[in-house]
Amino acid sequence: MSTPRPANRVLGWLHDRAPGLWTWWNRHAAQYYAPKNFNFWYFFGSLALLVLVNQIVTGIWLTMNYKPSAAEAFASVEYIMRDVEWGWLIRYMHSTGASAFFVVVYLHMFRALIYGSYQKPRELVWILGMLIYLVLMAEAFMGYVLPWGQMSYWGAQVIISLFGAIPGIGDSLTEWIRGDYLVSDATLNRFFALHVVALPLVLLLLVYLHLMALHEVGSNNPEGIDIKKVKGPDGKPLDGVPFHPYYTIKDLVGVGFFLILFSFVIFFEPTFGGLFLEHDNFVEANPLVTPEHIKPVWYFTPYYAMLRAIPDKLFGVIVMFGAVLILFFLPWLDRSPVRSIRYRGPLTRVLLALFVIAFVSLGWLGMQPGSELQTLMARVFTFYYFAFFITMPLWTRIDRTRPVPERIPAHA
Amino acid sequence: MLERCLALIALCIASSVAAAAGGGPLEPAHVNVHDRASLQRGARLFMNYCAGCHEARFMRYQRLARDLGLDEELVQRHLNFSGAPIGATMLNAMNPEQASEWFGAAPPDLSLTARAKYGGPDWIYTFLKSFYADESRPLGWNNRVLVNASMPHVLWELQGIQRPIYAAGHQGEASHVERLELVQPGKLSPEEYDRAIRDIAAFMAYMAEPAVLQREALGVWVLLYLALFTLLAWLLKREYWRDVH
Repeated sequence: MSTPRPANRVLGWLHDRAPGLWTWWNRHAAQYYAPKNFNFWYFFGSLALLVLVNQIVTGIWLTMNYKPSAAEAFASVEYIMRDVEWGWLIRYMHSTGASAFFVVVYLHMFRALIYGSYQKPRELVWILGMLIYLVLMAEAFMGYVLPWGQMSYWGAQVIISLFGAIPGIGDSLTEWIRGDYLVSDATLNRFFALHVVALPLVLLLLVYLHLMALHEVGSNNPEGIDIKKVKGPDGKPLDGVPFHPYYTIKDLVGVGFFLILFSFVIFFEPTFGGLFLEHDNFVEANPLVTPEHIKPVWYFTPYYAMLRAIPDKLFGVIVMFGAVLILFFLPWLDRSPVRSIRYRGPLTRVLLALFVIAFVSLGWLGMQPGSELQTLMARVFTFYYFAFFITMPLWTRIDRTRPVPERIPAHA
Repeated sequence: MLERCLALIALCIASSVAAAAGGGPLEPAHVNVHDRASLQRGARLFMNYCAGCHEARFMRYQRLARDLGLDEELVQRHLNFSGAPIGATMLNAMNPEQASEWFGAAPPDLSLTARAKYGGPDWIYTFLKSFYADESRPLGWNNRVLVNASMPHVLWELQGIQRPIYAAGHQGEASHVERLELVQPGKLSPEEYDRAIRDIAAFMAYMAEPAVLQREALGVWVLLYLALFTLLAWLLKREYWRDVH
């Protein structure tokens, strides 16, 4: 694909030496045709990208004053909060950004679930997205250890000890991860290295691949209609619009709304009532004092509730990791002939609504101390979580569907 | 579908926020960190009654002077009893090992207490209200919020002395303190005392996060700017999308 040479002298010079830049821009933006009917749920991809950039930029500035040592870490964070110019803002942008990342990623994944975006031919996009989610969880977990508060310390202690449940190698594996017999300076050092260098590099690569894989097959849409089937005489999809400028401009509106909510939290409720920055993490890590309730940050609590619901430690760990791994198989579990929930029957809608209730409830239960009733509830919801996916090939096949039109309807 | 999901998420967040804020029957302190006079009074009480034993190792005298609108010399003369330079943090001369012997536990650093406790300033307010005379304790004092606290009631001269009224326990249960009764009035009336400890709680809320003053003042302008930005972005989007349908 050759592109016209720009008239501008500098751009013309660049075009002579790197015409591929123009081809790349056209392929991924100016000539990338996206369905014209994206709705609210389609903002979260670009927002995830925005938050990723926010985390990287604020993270770089935090490392300029943060000290990754058990003796100094906690005080260095308070130094950033009090003595570094605008340090409090940079730190709140990073800590609120971590929670915002999971908010947008969960909504982004839910979008795929309701519109069947993972279905053929977008399986690879989904798998790459799941890998991003997995790396993001590791990144968030290690980042949470760095302020070296009580919850940082004891959260790390609990999560790392889970690997001890693996028979045979368990104990030596946990020692290998910690670099010590307990969570210590050595652990903090290596988590810092992984958090600021290794995992962000992996994350950036995966995000690039996720986008490239998407652009190979094209975006899905709320109707689940393949827009490439109906093309005009110029070979462009009739129901598509060039991503740039249509969606770059539209995403700017989403960015505006997002930043309003994001800034509200940063400036008026940065701890979010103890959910984003927990009370116990304002107490310096102390290996001799165990906090009353050890719980992970809100975005891990659904899985934490599953872990606690299972009486056996090894089985609990298997269930917890299994809950994430089963999501990888979603493209093959869904046997429905249609993608979008708009053309599926009542069975899918009811089961999906129950799934949302189960997942959100598990998130809530994971923050609670865990009474007998709460444990029972966690077991019921954990069972439903797995039953939802395992029986999916069955109920997606028997559920009533409506015929999907060729073109995107005018109202959509 | 969309509205229902969002409502559900909002409900979940709201309920968990409420749950996280719990942890005992705390009285609302109604502190206002933007009330500079309250912070100044709180700082005076804190430096006179608390700072002798407790440190605030992250709080600098200079920052306090700047944020509370006090002259640095005034702070050095009337609030800084340690003789440390104005740029220093609020440390004291107490030896933690000796303190541990005297009180049973070394007095904790108070820099971040208002953020570390569930309930924040309300916890501090209720704690300072809940001391009562208890001869069974080594120092003669106990506390309803922090049972068997090793801290004595340092504000007793101001509040006076409270005695517990016990409620009879049900079968098998120990009796518990139902309420406290002021048996010996202090220098301050109960209303004046409540105001004094509200000021301390407000000062400690400020001390836990000095940036709060700047943060909330700036936040209003950021939100106004973003509202304008979003409006312009929306108008631009409408213009671009005019020909699509």
